[in-house]
Amino acid sequence: MLSNTGNILLIGSIVSTFLIVYLAYQSIKERSFQIKKNIIYCSFFQITFVISSFLLLIFAFIFSDFSLLAVYQNSHTAKPLFYKISGVWGNHEGSMLLWINIMVLFSYLFFVFNNKINTVFSLYTLVVQNILILGFLIFLISDSNPFFKILPTPIEGLGLNPILQDPALAIHPPLLYLGFVGSSIYFSAAVAAILSNSNGKNFALSIKKWVLISWSFQSLGIIVGSIWAYYELGWGGFWFWDPVENASLIPWFCMTALAHSVLVLEKRNYLYNWVLILSLITFISSVTGTFLVRSGILNSVHTFANDPSRGLYILIFLSLMILFSFIIFFKRRINDQFNLNPISKETFILSNNWFMMFYLATVFVGTIYPIFTQVLYNTNISVGPPFYNQVIAPILIPFLIFMAVGPKIGWMKSNFIAFKPFFIIIVLSLLINFFISYFLKSYNLISNLIVVSSLFLILHSLKDFISNFKSNSYINLASFFSHLGFGFLIFFIILNHNFSEEFDLNIKVGETKKIGNMEIKFNNLKIENRKNYNAVIGDFNIQDFQRNYLKNLNPEIRVYENPQTLTFESAINTNLKQDIYLTMSNIDGSDFYNIKFQVKPFMLWIWFAAFLTASGGLIRVFLKK
Amino acid sequence: MKNKFLIIILLIFNIKLNANENTGVDTKIFKNLRCLVCQGQTIAESNSDFAQTIKIVVRDKISQGSNEKEIYEFLSEKYGEWIVYKPKFNYLNSFLWISPYIVLILGGYLIFKYFRKRRQ
Amino acid sequence: MKVSLLKIISFCLVIFTIVVFFIALNIDNRYSTENIVGKKIDNFKIKFLSHDQTFENKDLSNDKYNLINVWASWCLPCKKEHPILMELSKEKNINLIGINFKDKKNNANKFLKDLGNPYNIILSDKDGISSISFGVFGVPETILVNTKQIIIKKFIGPLDTNDYKNILSIIHEK
Repeated sequence: MLSNTGNILLIGSIVSTFLIVYLAYQSIKERSFQIKKNIIYCSFFQITFVISSFLLLIFAFIFSDFSLLAVYQNSHTAKPLFYKISGVWGNHEGSMLLWINIMVLFSYLFFVFNNKINTVFSLYTLVVQNILILGFLIFLISDSNPFFKILPTPIEGLGLNPILQDPALAIHPPLLYLGFVGSSIYFSAAVAAILSNSNGKNFALSIKKWVLISWSFQSLGIIVGSIWAYYELGWGGFWFWDPVENASLIPWFCMTALAHSVLVLEKRNYLYNWVLILSLITFISSVTGTFLVRSGILNSVHTFANDPSRGLYILIFLSLMILFSFIIFFKRRINDQFNLNPISKETFILSNNWFMMFYLATVFVGTIYPIFTQVLYNTNISVGPPFYNQVIAPILIPFLIFMAVGPKIGWMKSNFIAFKPFFIIIVLSLLINFFISYFLKSYNLISNLIVVSSLFLILHSLKDFISNFKSNSYINLASFFSHLGFGFLIFFIILNHNFSEEFDLNIKVGETKKIGNMEIKFNNLKIENRKNYNAVIGDFNIQDFQRNYLKNLNPEIRVYENPQTLTFESAINTNLKQDIYLTMSNIDGSDFYNIKFQVKPFMLWIWFAAFLTASGGLIRVFLKK
Repeated sequence: MKNKFLIIILLIFNIKLNANENTGVDTKIFKNLRCLVCQGQTIAESNSDFAQTIKIVVRDKISQGSNEKEIYEFLSEKYGEWIVYKPKFNYLNSFLWISPYIVLILGGYLIFKYFRKRRQ
Repeated sequence: MKVSLLKIISFCLVIFTIVVFFIALNIDNRYSTENIVGKKIDNFKIKFLSHDQTFENKDLSNDKYNLINVWASWCLPCKKEHPILMELSKEKNINLIGINFKDKKNNANKFLKDLGNPYNIILSDKDGISSISFGVFGVPETILVNTKQIIIKKFIGPLDTNDYKNILSIIHEK
């Protein structure tokens, strides 16, 4: 019953999407410069169908309707309501439906907001976007139908992977999807701008808001994802340069570059070609990332049910998308002549793009290189954190400095840069860095330079803010927050990296171990029955004689029944200064438990700085000048 | 002039001071090794049995006087290059290490090209 | 001219990447440590299960093939492959060496008592360290070593009838 309704809704969505493409294309051909009523009706039907199919799936998960394969495979009656709902997008089929929902939503909103400005342009956008939607809808219904029925109806579901039963991970996919699936709208707009010969300034104005929205959500999604990884995976790290993380980071680089260069296009009408390219590759890289993750050709922490036929479909779709956007772009080349003044905002914004492309190239090549060596040389290699850290870290130094100076420079002017405040700030940052490393702990040259340049960025941003505030001139809050936040982010990450302490040891119940100035006592072990799992809870006392504190931590080993899995829950004591992080795991055939004990300074500040960075985008969207 | 002098002094001071690295060699090596039986975890992060064994082996090798490179070589001979997270710079991996810098140089050149145009 | 060169290069790169992706889709990416095949076996020294003497490279048979099987009583797939090892133990041209991996002596002996003992020599690797030199990362794993102490075949996971035939054809080749 539910299955049939769902399928009808999906078919309704396909029909209305197809009609939109057809009708919009007709109006373009007829050169009618008014939006026809029936296009608006169709769009309305489309969004209604798509959203109700999604709601229907949520409904099926809430009421555990196991006649649907997707529900049977990913849900269980004993699961809390919240995780029943998040189970909707915790699997391939449901997440594809969410994907389509976001594409349709963005398409609808973009059309509503822009159709009065330039009819031909918005009609073209509608056509392109709906062709994309059609592609994904066909994929959904043919290969990953969330409403697929199983007979006979099972009594109980298989359950959701317990590691995914977590509040942060429940909201992580929707946030991330709003980011990189949202980027489809400026892919479509870019193709439409080329086809309709739209002028650069209008194009910039129409996509700017969408770029910022998707950038903000992408950033939030990445942050929430890494917070989850931090406390749930139990390794104490928050970024692993894992292929799935990289797949979300690559579009983020594109969006960041775009969010900057779109300003140049808007204000100066420069860089039209470049902005078009960025708009195109943002969504292309999103789909590429999805392909890499879903097709299973990469090994990764996060696993989706892998299926080569899915991979094949996405790859063909991706190839067609790239091919057509390339052909369209190269055929109608827009003449884009301009000159740059070396000391101008344009140059600094371009330099942001320059660094972004470098990071993008590093992460992209690092992610796909193992595939190449395997296919071409039949050799497996791993590209992991040491590679990325080594390549990316040194290039952060000039990046941070450019980032500090950029916002203050005016458009096209070649004003002499006042060097005096520079020196004061540099000396100040060097001093702070000196004190940190002198009184706490010394670190290597690259770390030193990164700390100095991040301090430079922080101090410079603050100085600009204060002087603007005093002189009552315009303050760009969005850029201030983002740049300041990013400065803090790098600053705390480097300090955290250098000051973290890790201990790995085996310990028995009742034992006390001493490490340095600290003492770890394993008091006892108890077993508890919880709603859908059993927990083995360790009771540890951590005492630091030097800093004089005593903390009680209770890490857990959870034994889940449906499906049968072990997870290791970390115990974290957070305060402003540091996180004390403890995980334990059993060792087969012995009374000992392996514990990982870490002291990680400034974790809270890293999250705060990351949120501050992301907030800039939202401020810009909602706070009009 | 005074300022420049101060900067140089501070930098030199700091660089000289960084003698000790905080993490031991063993942790550094664990972080560069892949746990083969886990999904994309390093030996340092993994709770698995295999990781425990590798940790013992690496510590043994260190106490026997092997250096980092020798340990990586020993393990990659047994398990393939896949076990090491930081790929060696060799013929096969040269493009991996070089291509980011190609992009960096190319990008710099493209931006610089627009400056030149103006001067002419 | 330069711009169009850039165009051509980027276009070729994209096509190349997509082609590689297409090929990669059909490659089995389960990992194996077969690169150890073809190499001479490392020096090792492992204790016997029953007593404290050690077994070394030089003790390997040099007129028969050596089949080194890493197993444990707690490992379920080991039970599955056991009949195949029993069959192999009937062959004359092969020397079966069992390495008991991270196991308790009593359990190991019970396992062999219940299911039969196919091995000519039984060694014990209590902490799993010695097995590293054979590139072992789980049980069961099996390697076939020829008379010149070169590893000629590696099997990850339980042996099945295909592997059995494979081993037979190799040892009867001579």
